[in-house]
Amino acid sequence: MTTNQREDRDRPESPQNSSPTERVLFGAIGAGLIALSLRQRGTVGVLLAAGGALLVAGAAMGQGLGEAVTGVRRTQDDQIKVEKAITVGLGADELYTFWRDFENLPRFMDHLESVKVGGGDGQRSHWVAKAPVGTTVEWDAEITADEPGRRIAWRSLEGATVPNEGAVEFRPAPGDRGTEIHVSLTYRPPGGTLGATVARLLGEDPNIQIEHDLRRLKRLLEVGHIPTTEGQSSGRKGAMKAEAKMYDNRRTS
Amino acid sequence: MKAVVWQGVNRMGVETVPDPQILQPTDAIVRVTKTAICGSDLHLMDGYVPSMVHGDIVGHEFMGEVVEVGPEVRKVKVGDRVIVPFPIACGKCWFCQKGLTSLCDNSNPNPGLAEKFWGYSPAGLYGYSHITGGYAGGQAQFARTVYADANLYKVPDGLTDEQVLFLTDIFPTGFMGAEHCDIQGGDVVAVFGAGPVGLFGIASAFLLGAERVIAIDRFPERLEMARSYGAETINYEEENVFELLKEMTGGRGPDSVMDAVGLEAQAHGLLGVADAVKQTTRVLESDRPHALRAAIMACRKGGTVSVPGVYGGLADKIPLGAFMNKGLTMKTGQTHVHRYLDRLTGYIQRGEIDPTRIITHRLTLDEAPHAYHIFKHKHDGCIKCVLDPWADPKDHEPTPAPQAQG
Repeated sequence: MTTNQREDRDRPESPQNSSPTERVLFGAIGAGLIALSLRQRGTVGVLLAAGGALLVAGAAMGQGLGEAVTGVRRTQDDQIKVEKAITVGLGADELYTFWRDFENLPRFMDHLESVKVGGGDGQRSHWVAKAPVGTTVEWDAEITADEPGRRIAWRSLEGATVPNEGAVEFRPAPGDRGTEIHVSLTYRPPGGTLGATVARLLGEDPNIQIEHDLRRLKRLLEVGHIPTTEGQSSGRKGAMKAEAKMYDNRRTS
Repeated sequence: MKAVVWQGVNRMGVETVPDPQILQPTDAIVRVTKTAICGSDLHLMDGYVPSMVHGDIVGHEFMGEVVEVGPEVRKVKVGDRVIVPFPIACGKCWFCQKGLTSLCDNSNPNPGLAEKFWGYSPAGLYGYSHITGGYAGGQAQFARTVYADANLYKVPDGLTDEQVLFLTDIFPTGFMGAEHCDIQGGDVVAVFGAGPVGLFGIASAFLLGAERVIAIDRFPERLEMARSYGAETINYEEENVFELLKEMTGGRGPDSVMDAVGLEAQAHGLLGVADAVKQTTRVLESDRPHALRAAIMACRKGGTVSVPGVYGGLADKIPLGAFMNKGLTMKTGQTHVHRYLDRLTGYIQRGEIDPTRIITHRLTLDEAPHAYHIFKHKHDGCIKCVLDPWADPKDHEPTPAPQAQG
């Protein structure tokens, strides 16, 4: 817990989950609804007024409904923060060594296409990530902290489309349980908190992505590969295949 | 090949499907020589286990001969005669190392789905809905088995298929149910449900030193079978179970009670109707917990309730006050089949138990829909159906798998 508190000092979370821009936008929509309600009589007017009042109140308090539903966590300097942990049955040194070679990351981080290490005495790396509609995003990153067997931190260099930084800690788990991997990522998504909310509603939720990535890492290192049922036989034909897709690896694992 | 396929609520059909293939280097393909229908397959058929998809191949009690192994399989060899435990162990994670194989961290390919329902994901299971991994099952002529070295258990020479088939599930399940009863010398154990798991629970309770076992059911043939295993019996349609159990135990109540019924229990009266109606919606209540309620009420103070019966989701009106104030303990879980195999195989080899006695019907794979029907409705004295996928050896027409698709 001490390390978490340290990180929290670095990037304290904000009590407001929506960004100033988003608050202005929704505040204006709320005010508009209230104005509209004045021209409407009966139930419609009441509903418009109530909806408008809610939006104005949310904007005033900095509490966005979308963010609350999708669990967006915003830092005070207007970034999005994600923290996840998993326990893997290997020693901290092994896990550190695997992770420290950033070129291993795309093996379990689904949204990464490649990472190339090079430059700055091995402190620099070039990252290529998958982005919506088949495009990619690229940026350079540098290592900002490196404690063998314990912790690695990195951040993107100036000019990244999605400025981001991350840290991973390896903590011995109690008893014979292996090592806890704690990952924390902060990033500034295009469109701020509103952009992050829309992305999550569209299924691009970094909370879930990181959780899945960590599970893939655990399975890769504990068992050697990730279990799958893709390609197994079934009695499915045509449209039933689409139904089954809802449960396949990519969507639900 | 031929396989039993879930075609929607209450519809199991036999279809021709592609032969299974090795998909990962630790896989093995088994030519299924015997497969059985489990009571929990009825929960699938009736649509009470969420995330079944039309076309899923079912079946989690199966055994056979290894016909192909992946390049990373070391211990298992082509030609080995094996049983396939229904829960899938990776063999490497903390749970598998502790012998808690049905809780394996790594074998469920759909853990996100299980986590939504249950918080954390247990092991993948064969032929048991997508929430437990969506693995194709073994009521088929061939089956793909995964992590072969950690799962396939070689059958010792001299034992027939029928003698070892139930090691895949119901014998270890009954045994773990009895082990969970924490039986001490002189204990009286009550078993709700004298179906296959209940019957193995009765036999196992005696193996573990129970003084007396009392079985509760309503079908004469099942009660008769329970008596043949040494149990005393109560027909719950004719007797007041709670009062009779109390009287039979000198007013103390049974020291431990096993719920070998699970989520589709029968009950009379208003509460029974209410549960049945709510369960039909799949939303208000997914499980009908009458046996569990009765078990909690019947158990003596400080006793243990063991639940090998399967539950899937939510249940109402569980007598938690009785549970808390009587200081009961509850133990449950899908069976950690692997850790019991050596011991239970020993009982069979020494003739201390004859698992084949519960088999009432020996049918072909083609007769599976009929088998499901008589098993569900307990027609024709049905207690356990064993299917032979190769009853007609020239039956098999190879069905090539379609080219891999994304």
